Amino acid sequence: MHVDDIIDRLGGLDAAARLTGVGTEAVRKWRQARGIPARHWPAVIAATGLSIDDLQGDAVPAPAVHDPARAPDGATAALVLADGSVFWGKGFGAHTDAPAPVGEVCFNTGMTGYQETLTDPSYAGQIITFTFPHIGNVGANPEDVEAGFVAARGLVVKQDVTEPSNWRAMTDLPDWLRHRGIPGIAGVDTRALTVRIRDGGAPSGVLAFPANGRFDIPALVEQAAAWPGLEGMDLAKDVTCRQTYEWDRTRWSWPEGAGKVSAPRHHVVAVDYGAKHNILRCLASAGCRVTVVPATATAEDILRHKPDGVFLSNGPGDPAATGAYAVAPIRAVMDAGIPLFGICLGHQLLALALGGRTYKLARGHRGANQPVKDLTTGKVEITSQNHGFAVDETSLPAGVTPTHVSLFDGSNEGLACADRPVFSVQYHPEASPGPSDSRYLFERFVGMMGG
Amino acid sequence: MPKRTDLSSIMIIGAGPIVIGQACEFDYSGAQACKALKAEGYRVILVNSNPATIMTDPGLADATYVEPITPEMVEKIIAREKPDALLPTMGGQTALNTAMKLAASGALERHGVELIGAKADVIDRAEDRLKFRDAMAEIGIESPRSAIAHTMDEARAALALSGLPAVIRPSFTLGGTGGGIAYNREEFEQIVAGGLEASPTTEVLIEESVLGWKEFEMEVVRDSADNCIIVCSIENVDPMGIHTGDSVTVAPALTLTDKEFQRMRDASIACLRKIGVDTGGSNVQFAVNPADGRMVVIEMNPRVSRSSALASKATGFPIAKIAAKLAVGYTLDELANDITRVTPASFEPTIDYVVVKIPRFTFEKFPGTPALLTTSMKSVGEAMAIGRCFAEALQKGLRSMETGLHGLDPVEPPGDGGADAFRAVLSEPRPDRLLMAAQALRAGLSVEDVHGATKFDPWFLRELARIVEAEQAVAATGLPAHPAALRRLKALGFSDIQLARIADVPTADVAALRERLGVHPVYKRIDTCAAEFAAATPYMYSTYEGGFGDPVCESDPTDKRKIVILGGGPNRIGQGIEFDYCCVHAAYALREAGFETIMVNCNPETVSTDYDTSDRLYFEPLTAEDVIALVRREQQRGTLLGCIVQYGGQTPLKLSQALEKAGIPILGTSADAIDLAEDRERFQQLLHRLGLLQPENGTARSADEAEAIAERIGYPVVIRPSYVLGGRAMEIVYDRAGLHRYMREAVRVSGDNPVLIDRYLNDAIEVDVDCIADGESVYVAGVMEHIEEAGIHSGDSACALPPYTLPPAMVTELKAETEAMAKALGVVGLMNVQYAIKDDTIYVLEVNPRASRTVPFVAKATGVAVAKVGALVMAGRRLTEFALDDEAVAAHVAVKEAVFPFARFPNVDTILGPEMRSTGEVMGLDLSFERAFAKSQLGAGIKLPESGTVFLSIRDADKKGLPALARRLTDMGFAIMATRGTAARIREAGLPVTVVNKVLEGRPHCVDAILSGEVQLVINTASGPQSIADSFAIRRSALTHGVPHYTTMAGARAATHAMAALRAGTLEVAPLQSYFRGSF
Repeated sequence: MHVDDIIDRLGGLDAAARLTGVGTEAVRKWRQARGIPARHWPAVIAATGLSIDDLQGDAVPAPAVHDPARAPDGATAALVLADGSVFWGKGFGAHTDAPAPVGEVCFNTGMTGYQETLTDPSYAGQIITFTFPHIGNVGANPEDVEAGFVAARGLVVKQDVTEPSNWRAMTDLPDWLRHRGIPGIAGVDTRALTVRIRDGGAPSGVLAFPANGRFDIPALVEQAAAWPGLEGMDLAKDVTCRQTYEWDRTRWSWPEGAGKVSAPRHHVVAVDYGAKHNILRCLASAGCRVTVVPATATAEDILRHKPDGVFLSNGPGDPAATGAYAVAPIRAVMDAGIPLFGICLGHQLLALALGGRTYKLARGHRGANQPVKDLTTGKVEITSQNHGFAVDETSLPAGVTPTHVSLFDGSNEGLACADRPVFSVQYHPEASPGPSDSRYLFERFVGMMGG
Repeated sequence: MPKRTDLSSIMIIGAGPIVIGQACEFDYSGAQACKALKAEGYRVILVNSNPATIMTDPGLADATYVEPITPEMVEKIIAREKPDALLPTMGGQTALNTAMKLAASGALERHGVELIGAKADVIDRAEDRLKFRDAMAEIGIESPRSAIAHTMDEARAALALSGLPAVIRPSFTLGGTGGGIAYNREEFEQIVAGGLEASPTTEVLIEESVLGWKEFEMEVVRDSADNCIIVCSIENVDPMGIHTGDSVTVAPALTLTDKEFQRMRDASIACLRKIGVDTGGSNVQFAVNPADGRMVVIEMNPRVSRSSALASKATGFPIAKIAAKLAVGYTLDELANDITRVTPASFEPTIDYVVVKIPRFTFEKFPGTPALLTTSMKSVGEAMAIGRCFAEALQKGLRSMETGLHGLDPVEPPGDGGADAFRAVLSEPRPDRLLMAAQALRAGLSVEDVHGATKFDPWFLRELARIVEAEQAVAATGLPAHPAALRRLKALGFSDIQLARIADVPTADVAALRERLGVHPVYKRIDTCAAEFAAATPYMYSTYEGGFGDPVCESDPTDKRKIVILGGGPNRIGQGIEFDYCCVHAAYALREAGFETIMVNCNPETVSTDYDTSDRLYFEPLTAEDVIALVRREQQRGTLLGCIVQYGGQTPLKLSQALEKAGIPILGTSADAIDLAEDRERFQQLLHRLGLLQPENGTARSADEAEAIAERIGYPVVIRPSYVLGGRAMEIVYDRAGLHRYMREAVRVSGDNPVLIDRYLNDAIEVDVDCIADGESVYVAGVMEHIEEAGIHSGDSACALPPYTLPPAMVTELKAETEAMAKALGVVGLMNVQYAIKDDTIYVLEVNPRASRTVPFVAKATGVAVAKVGALVMAGRRLTEFALDDEAVAAHVAVKEAVFPFARFPNVDTILGPEMRSTGEVMGLDLSFERAFAKSQLGAGIKLPESGTVFLSIRDADKKGLPALARRLTDMGFAIMATRGTAARIREAGLPVTVVNKVLEGRPHCVDAILSGEVQLVINTASGPQSIADSFAIRRSALTHGVPHYTTMAGARAATHAMAALRAGTLEVAPLQSYFRGSF
């Protein structure tokens, strides 16, 4: 019998208290506990005529303890972290084979543009947690991609992915991922995971979505723990183009979609460390013919195209590792006096080439709402960012000026050389996804090439 | 850029009374602006005629003028205060329009006042539809194809361009008054005619219909360095064609790709730059064709708005506060984000939850107007809900409405319940269309089908389908026995009551099952940044999260002594800003007294849901389940002293039994005393014991009983359902036929609740008394004499404090009776009593052991912080600890006047009655009753004439007072026009009068006279269905033509006194601070 009913039979709160010789507060506690302590049973039985069975109350069973290795009902995927914690969820996208993909678990706070984010090569080696709960609403289309492949190793979302609703959608997100071999997990308390990444740093994790539904959790933990992490890892060479190619497509616009550059006025060689297509589109829209060269291109490989300007792209991994081969050609380009513009990893490599240092941020910047102040104008740009490493401003030599700073944590967001047409930014002026506030930088670059 | 030092004093104009389209959100924004500017050291001068606002608390500004917001009065304030600048962007359309008029008249220039936030040319460019459209075209932003018309001929020409259906939007009207959508030529001409009339510039825009397109809003903030941020995007679930204030909306936008979102973001920012909004917040609205993504801009508001309040609450970014600081020169990067305290305000909030806003309607109070939604706003309030997914937020929002819904509940299917019947009803923009869409899905219609009829985006419909499928699974197999499965079900937003209904088990069983399985909500924080930074501000919402593991709760209760304050939920007629004011005051007073204050509310417009009003804020539905859950969480640490249920109106009061049953202490008056006051029979016994009188009455549980009681008491009788606020369905019934008709409707309205029947006291004076009691002593805070006689709902009556005709002995007796009842009930906190005085006998009409609608008015009229004292008394303080002077006599008079939304409800009668229909109130404050009343009328938008013709049509019952009234008018030089019977009585008194036909007597008749501008004041009283119907056209035409009109003799008499005062000299202005000392 429900404790409230028993109390009612006793004549209410006050009467029950009187009868059993306790305070009304105690009776309230019975309600909370959904039971009456056994020492009062004789008095209650005498007063109500109820039986002992009636007084047993709704016994509160101990919460079910899950065998951590066994998937709970309905769970078909798991995100397993190096410290042994397991986030169960429903898998979507591609099933994983053993060994399941392993990577650094990061979070991205953007509310739109998951397709662009997933195809950003800078996410190589990472599993992306989207903080916005509904991901997949607008499906997938062939235009909103930043590379021909998905570099991220998986994605973690809160809600089950829904059918898309958007006039541009060609397919749904799970289907799109399946065709690209990328697993996703839904049903995770992504906010709790985000707080954990924020406070404890980005952990290594494995995203398992096995077709057979079997999980060897200890093995997955071991796999995550054994993963060396991004520090010291050169991932650019995994995502760069294999050979040189020409780019002529311009930015998306409504209703035409992407166009083609006509009568380009400048020729830019873009070094592809994992370039987002929108950088190339922005260059084309600014009137440039773009020749894209692999990350490993030598100075000669670059200079033989006789570029009006050289662009250093974004990309994944530790700049120090990529710098091992990228710095020399960058120095050669600078020495040749060719205008040079770098973004993200390109910014970090430029800093290294100038003699500066980079370091891993305690908290990476990943989102489309990051404020950056242009120190020359005092203006604030809302920027799209995706980086876990940063340039150590104190390491920059004389003649190199920090030009932009993050208003979130004060870290360096841009630099320029005083004596050469060379500048770079840590953030993503090409956006996609994210705001277009910083697109003027492409014009600035073009301006350096002679208007 | 640091703040400007060339300014030292700044004037802020408030929004005035609460009306449809301008509710508490402008108190929220205005209060933030006052606080922000005062904190910066500016002298703040405020004008707002609405006493029920926090912003008019004397502590918030240096000089607070509770005066009518008219250009003339505001100029007087300017002349007196000489402010350096005027910030016109905080008080809605009222403030913008007033500022524009002051600019146009040269007043600002004359007094050297600079407009900050938005300059006159900016406001003009944004508000003038033609200029706006041209400006947008110049920067390549498309608008719907359109043309402006000033005459019917121009409108017909424009139709060729727009085609049908065509949208008609009058310029410079509030919330789109007078606009509409025309589907055929006849409708077109009709709406254009109305729109031209409604527009102060006789201008309407005729435009291409983008009906059925998707509607989006962007909340943009810009600073003087041209830094622009988007605070929030909002997507309307209701497609274009329904005013955004009447639409269910979602934040953030959910169906845009990044490319489309950025295109809209770019356009929004370009729009602000082009229009020239230098600093502050603006709202830009877009329509998007779902078929091909074509985007057109609809409008922009160069000021804070209802949407900006929503965006602030949805993200934790306080737009109005920031906008105020930007207006004095700061840039975004110089301002801190209050929530994280470590990042600047120059960023774009990102959220990791979904916010749903649902409007609340009151069509039932305005029979005559069909319950259909258009581009003219009709809703009177809204609730916002937050969940980790759309379904959770939606269902929480639906149960926040307090319209009897527990979530996405079933509704009566239309007609035969077949697909065609559904399609037909779904194609009409009804207020309950979302519920009907779900019902259609339950009946087996496909998402495509429902989309075709409603144009709701399929994404939202599929979410509805998900909820419906979950329902069907529960109905088929019962409630899940596994905790994770139950949690996932609850994560769709289902309440226990809903699940119980679906599973066909008692509600207590669902709660018990959750208890047994350990399935409780967790609380997550609203932090502007999706957890990227730690939140320092405990602003929280509940979620069941779903998923597979145990979700993490971030509520982190403190170990303090805490008090929970339950708010009032969505605004509605009868329960609005007055109750929020009380809750806010409770929070302020209790925080100051050292308690931790915890606010619970779900109304995004309010000050109570500002994150810094209380120590902790739960943005939650005010249902027993939701409140008990969060109280339990808070009880896990620290000491909960109790909940305050008597400040948020009827909403929290109704929870008192459930809270008590759950063992949660209630502060102040006990649940039993609340029940005693509300239980007719128990209360009657109490009055009997105290020797107090009530009008003869009875309680009927059936039509037969009602008839017997009415026969016993004698007609006319006042009849109403029990447990209602705002006189819902309260009527004066004159005969048996009327009673029968009423019983048919009332039973439907009030379910199983009995109806209450009282003798109607003809010509009685009604009095409201507010008091504070601590269980031992009682302080009568205010005795208010109503202007209109008893029988007119107290919320719709004007009233005066102190009483203006009652003899002192009568006031003393009223106080004594109030004291006796407060003591007998054991009231601890506030209590309100309504009395009727007939032939010097006092009758008790009603006692409410809670804060009343008049508390803020009393506070502003007397200078006593009634709500704060009441809150402290509830927390254990004694009245004797406060310096309260019972006998204090003020030299001034305060008059409260009600403001009505009739203009928005075509074909609705404006005659006052026992059912409350006003949305807001104003206060007139002056040294005499006459002048205070004149100010109250002016504040309510009624411009009393000083000369001209008065039209009188008076019912027989009122004719004895007619000669005196007519003589006053004649003495003031007014010409009198009257209908035959009325004229005869006037002529008998030897006064000149022109006879005019009643409408039924043939033309030209009195309505013709009103329409052709021959009448400057209408006094028309009527009773009985026939007489009321016959005179309907008089009142309605006076309303639509802006002719002041009074429907009671008492109101008319007061008006004549006021007119005399106006003729005797101009009205002067004075700040509240000159009436009282100290802050309250």
